[in-house]
Amino acid sequence: MQQFADYLLDEGLLAGMPKSLGYVLVVAFFAFVLLNFIMLVAGVTSWLERRVWARIQSRIGPNRVGPQGAIQWLADGIKNIMKEDIVPTAADAPLFKLAPYLAMIGFFGAWACVPFGDGLIVADLNVGVLYITAVTGLVVVGILMAGWASNNKWALLGGIRSAAQIVSYEIPAAIAVNTVILLTGTLSMQGIIRAQGWAPWNWFLFDNPFTFVAFFLFFVALLAEGNRTPFDLPEAESELVAGAFTEYSGLRSLLFFLVEWGNLYIVGALCTSLFLGGWQVPAFTDNGFLLGLAQFVVFFAKSYFLVFVAMWIRATLPRVRVDQLMSVCWKYLVPISFVNLLGAMLWVVAFPNGWLPMRLGMFLFGVMTTLYFLMRVAFHLRRARPLMTWNPIA
Amino acid sequence: MGLGTYVRNIRETLGTIFEGMAITASHFVRKPFTIQYPDRTEIRVQDSLPFRYRGLLDVDLEICTGCLACERACPIDCIVIDAEKDKQTKEMILKRFDIDLAKCMYCGLCSEPCPTGSIHHTPEFEGADYSLESLVRRYVKAPVVAYKPPKGPENDADVGPILARGLRYLDEFASPGDPKARE
Repeated sequence: MQQFADYLLDEGLLAGMPKSLGYVLVVAFFAFVLLNFIMLVAGVTSWLERRVWARIQSRIGPNRVGPQGAIQWLADGIKNIMKEDIVPTAADAPLFKLAPYLAMIGFFGAWACVPFGDGLIVADLNVGVLYITAVTGLVVVGILMAGWASNNKWALLGGIRSAAQIVSYEIPAAIAVNTVILLTGTLSMQGIIRAQGWAPWNWFLFDNPFTFVAFFLFFVALLAEGNRTPFDLPEAESELVAGAFTEYSGLRSLLFFLVEWGNLYIVGALCTSLFLGGWQVPAFTDNGFLLGLAQFVVFFAKSYFLVFVAMWIRATLPRVRVDQLMSVCWKYLVPISFVNLLGAMLWVVAFPNGWLPMRLGMFLFGVMTTLYFLMRVAFHLRRARPLMTWNPIA
Repeated sequence: MGLGTYVRNIRETLGTIFEGMAITASHFVRKPFTIQYPDRTEIRVQDSLPFRYRGLLDVDLEICTGCLACERACPIDCIVIDAEKDKQTKEMILKRFDIDLAKCMYCGLCSEPCPTGSIHHTPEFEGADYSLESLVRRYVKAPVVAYKPPKGPENDADVGPILARGLRYLDEFASPGDPKARE
């Protein structure tokens, strides 16, 4: 994006003002476009989650508001904006009002390094992954502030639990990232994607068994960081109202929920860039625009598939208790991720440029697992009982 | 916790999550059970109900004989009939036939003693309205002469089908499953 902005300014756009001010305006415009895109994705994700959830539970989900209920999220958003803005009297008003914006800033800042295509990235920092991990830490500050400023014992407890969970799960997430960095030598997001290829056996997922395990560790740790089931006790709807966000209503609570759904997409985007080959497509055309479009579509499809998997997991698994949550992190994920890192280090020492038979072998293993999974799905479909209720009109 | 337990925990977690996700995926691709009443059902719900379903009451005034059996039979007094025998023509004149559906408890005690099956239950059940007064159904608009069933078969083309339906309703209502039981 930096080159694009320079190119625009050199072409004489905003010629009448100093270069730095013009640059700031161009960047602000890109940020505005990105923010709109993110809010759209977060809103549509909320509707899609409800439809996917419902179909897994053998019901339909919202299908009335627009075609197939596609503008349900818009109706929910407008409803939330129109609600009364309540700040509890005994709450710490400045902190209470600041908290959603901090969470929003932390979440939005991570999008600056999400690579949608070759050159379609807002800022290709050479410390991209580290920057994303660091900036999403601001969300923790936002949640803690929300819990404390609400002047509500249970909101405070929910905020503390949430903060403990996010901070603990940063460790296996960061170690899993390290496992991939060993293979690329660079932290830059575009660099990591360019080190992979478009074919599945060239992805880091299938490079060696240690990155395979690292993918699942990373995915689980990111789910826990985003407060998603099965790790969503801090904001369990049926148990704690909304945890740290209990006292929030209207637009403020909408911001927190948008952060949660948008975070799902960051989970998908990070996992795709690090493990699934990002935007890599085979060079099927010379047309730069078409190639860029194909890259964007491929990246979006891969990350949205992971978002769908996260929704699927949410509909499948029960919640874990908060002590079970911490035990999973510290007793299982952390030791396994360290052992994994050690194994990956030994592998990189032995095969600095990778070993094709292992890649093909892991890819075959992945295909076998998927086929076995589909066999189990077919088994369950065959065993499905007929409708037990008398249902003459359906 | 020993190494065996540790490894077993990991294996069980992965195995159960795998199987669980296979089950939910199998549900994802099935047709949902939801019936989207009232506008997206395959047939109207009223058409799927049995013939003798006890829904809202209806009166076929063409075959009402004015015997007042239903008014006497109703346990809640929701049927009000004004019927007089005309002095000259010796015919029953029906001036009023009101059924208060808000009071009706859909017991069917009024349709059983009816000689022609004029008062009967319909499969219609959607009677909710905004005012209580609209639930009082008035079936007589202007005073009419009550029906006198002929000695032989009914030959009038207008009344024939209505009488046939009414008698069929009585057959089914009085003795379900055995049309010959009512003589």
